[in-house]
Amino acid sequence: MGMKTFEQLDETLHFEELENGLKVYVLEKKGFNKTYATFTTHYGSVDNHFKPLGKNEKVKVPDGIAHFLEHKLFEKEHGDVFQDFSKQGASANAFTTFNRTAYLFSTTSDVKKNLTTLIDFVQEPYFTEKTVEKEKGIIGQEIRMYDDNPDWRVYFGLIENMYHHHPVKIDIAGTEKSIAKITKDDLYECYETFYHPSNMILFVIGPVDAQDILNFVKENQSQKSFKEKAPIERFFEEEPPTVSKAEKIIEMTVQTPKCYIGFKEAAPDRKGKELMHHELCVNLALEMMFGKSSPNYETLYEEGLIDQTFSFDYTEENGFGFSMLGGDSQSPDELVKRVSEMVEAFKQENISTDSFERARKKKIGAFLRSLNSPEFIANQFTRYAFNEMDLFDVIPVFESLQVSDVEEVLKNHFKKEAMTVCQVRKKKS
Amino acid sequence: MGIVNHEKTDLHGITVHTIETKKYKTTSFILQIKAAINEKDVTKRALLSYVLQSGTKDFPTSKELRSALDDLYGATLNADLSKKGENQVISIRMEVANEKFLSNSEPVLDKAFHLLSQVLLAPALENGVFKESLVKKEKRSLKQQIESIFDDKMRYANKRLLEEMYESEPYHLNVYGKEDEVDAITSKELFEYYQEVILNDRLDLYVIGDISTQEMVEKVKKHFSFPEERKDSVGTNEKNREEKKIAEVKEVFEEQDIQQGKLHMGYRTYTTYSDDDYFALQVFNGVFGGFSHSKLFMKVREKESLAYYAASRFESHKGAVFVMSGIETGNYEKAVKIIKEQHEEMKNGNITDAEFEQTKAMINNQVLETIDHPIGLSEVLYHNVVAGTNRTIEEWMEGIQNVTKEDVVKVAKKVTLDTIYFLKGAGTNGNENI
Repeated sequence: MGMKTFEQLDETLHFEELENGLKVYVLEKKGFNKTYATFTTHYGSVDNHFKPLGKNEKVKVPDGIAHFLEHKLFEKEHGDVFQDFSKQGASANAFTTFNRTAYLFSTTSDVKKNLTTLIDFVQEPYFTEKTVEKEKGIIGQEIRMYDDNPDWRVYFGLIENMYHHHPVKIDIAGTEKSIAKITKDDLYECYETFYHPSNMILFVIGPVDAQDILNFVKENQSQKSFKEKAPIERFFEEEPPTVSKAEKIIEMTVQTPKCYIGFKEAAPDRKGKELMHHELCVNLALEMMFGKSSPNYETLYEEGLIDQTFSFDYTEENGFGFSMLGGDSQSPDELVKRVSEMVEAFKQENISTDSFERARKKKIGAFLRSLNSPEFIANQFTRYAFNEMDLFDVIPVFESLQVSDVEEVLKNHFKKEAMTVCQVRKKKS
Repeated sequence: MGIVNHEKTDLHGITVHTIETKKYKTTSFILQIKAAINEKDVTKRALLSYVLQSGTKDFPTSKELRSALDDLYGATLNADLSKKGENQVISIRMEVANEKFLSNSEPVLDKAFHLLSQVLLAPALENGVFKESLVKKEKRSLKQQIESIFDDKMRYANKRLLEEMYESEPYHLNVYGKEDEVDAITSKELFEYYQEVILNDRLDLYVIGDISTQEMVEKVKKHFSFPEERKDSVGTNEKNREEKKIAEVKEVFEEQDIQQGKLHMGYRTYTTYSDDDYFALQVFNGVFGGFSHSKLFMKVREKESLAYYAASRFESHKGAVFVMSGIETGNYEKAVKIIKEQHEEMKNGNITDAEFEQTKAMINNQVLETIDHPIGLSEVLYHNVVAGTNRTIEEWMEGIQNVTKEDVVKVAKKVTLDTIYFLKGAGTNGNENI
């Protein structure tokens, strides 16, 4: 068993990689009632072109299949696993992102029983034609729910604008048409390839004894047999650095237009510390340019171009990366114009050490605040680990950043030709 | 000491609730300002919450105030509004990093205390009233907030349900007020209303973190001073008015160009937080639609594949249960029938042991999880203030444990459907063009 203590944060992380390749992490949180556990595979909506385990031919699978699989894994011959959890006083859930599918529960009692249920249900798939067909109606309604959500539409519209080929542009749930094609055999093929323990992380956080949990998981895994672990071959078409579309307008039944501006990262191929450094740096640059205490924010707010929904973020994973900023705006075109002027002007200015320090303090404080949340720790730790980063490096990396690092990303990331805009406008009747 | 180490200290004008715990990396302040919701003040009160958090005497612009917060290691400050029964509560929340986790331990706690007190007691003024430019700016934010409800169809349908169901009761009012009233409010009127709030409203401050009660009480005494003539409003809980009896179910349809119909149903329960059968109502809601093992989820989603979500929630102080589900417009009759049948099942006592026991276990789990979060904890404790009760979390959990199936059936028989609101879809929403 390994152990890593983060003295300044007063946290100790225990971990072990098991023989079958599964990585297990346990963080003891004394004083909490809740134990939260996530069992996550490094497999999401972008992994739609790959070589199935043990086969030589590449396959391309229908859009939305990772999310469909997530839904179907809960159904077993004896019924619905949700019910098993709730009988044990736990609430279970799952979610699919571009790169991950996570299964999770939280509970204040019977941790081990629930942990067994979590591991076993994820490792024992049961798909039939009948249950696959039944799910199509439910997921169809989920897709429609998102179709009616303007925030989701504008977010996804912006990503679609950015990418020519990369599957990040495909809606995570797929479409009603694409999921109609999914069969139980497709599900098994994806499952066999991506749910091998060596492609997964188990994270447990709560008022538990770490050694006890590690032994318990080891015992569970030693009773199962898995195929030899093999590297997964995924295929992605080459993605040009330019955006696919500079502008898109979606008409919906809304009162207030929504407007997001995106910058596509030209070379999203970083890993480990380099990735963390870059990600934090772009976020710091955004904070300095458009944070609530910045002159730009004040100007945009006073000009009536933004409101409290205004937000920004940068995210990068293997193969795609982008920053986005925006929110509700009464004058979306004017907002786009002003923001791009502000970005250009900011690049020309000298960065003040004061505003750099202030933004850094704010970010460190926000990070500490998020460590109050077991959900944040488990989910973010896993995301970072899949990208070879360590969540607990965030503060030291922030502390190591220099003004010149920010200048560097301003020059290389916020480029005019990498910019794209997506708006939701009021539908004309 | 119980699950939560909660101490209450009544000072002139304010009740201080301290919870000492080492669980968090931050210290949280939650200030609750409570008054009855009413037609006359609803919009003013909403606007006040916006204005208070946008500037203080020392930091009279948003930018200055936000910079001061950033310098306090990104302390957060926000104000929001909620309806708790027939009250319109302003919550001002602040969260600040515990200095022990910062490399160069700066004394942020006292500064944070001071800043919070200034937000409440020393706002940014100009000519003896709220600063005009702040009021103007926040009016726009409030209007945008009200408008944005329309764009989120689930929230919109929920708002419309309340308007129809509580047509002649204050509970129909939206907590953000009325859009067409915002512009007419003057800085002077708003300031006069603010002075009334400081004199009359009930104030509760929760401080949660690695703190000492004694020290916090001293800090409140130091930073929060109220006018002599302020009433000590402890225990001003008037029992809710008699709830309306329902003669027939009201059905309201509206159509918009959306992909999915939003079905919302409102029930009166005739039970609120302070009642003895409140715990049975909790269990009723849990069996009916509160969880993924509940009747609504199992029938509407799992058995019939009609919806992705089908759930119920309840409002503790008004005593209402609300059902919501997103369905195909053509499935309206079928969905309503199934939902009504689930209620009938419960009235007839068709509740399995598994449903019943799972629900209790889940409620127990839910409350324990909620109190792991500082805001969740303060909300659980604040129920007592709103309802004028004095229940500990242990008593609360015991109350759930003691509920019998008969109790649930009794409550199920009291619960009565009042209004069905259906937002129908026409189905061409979101066509793209350039």
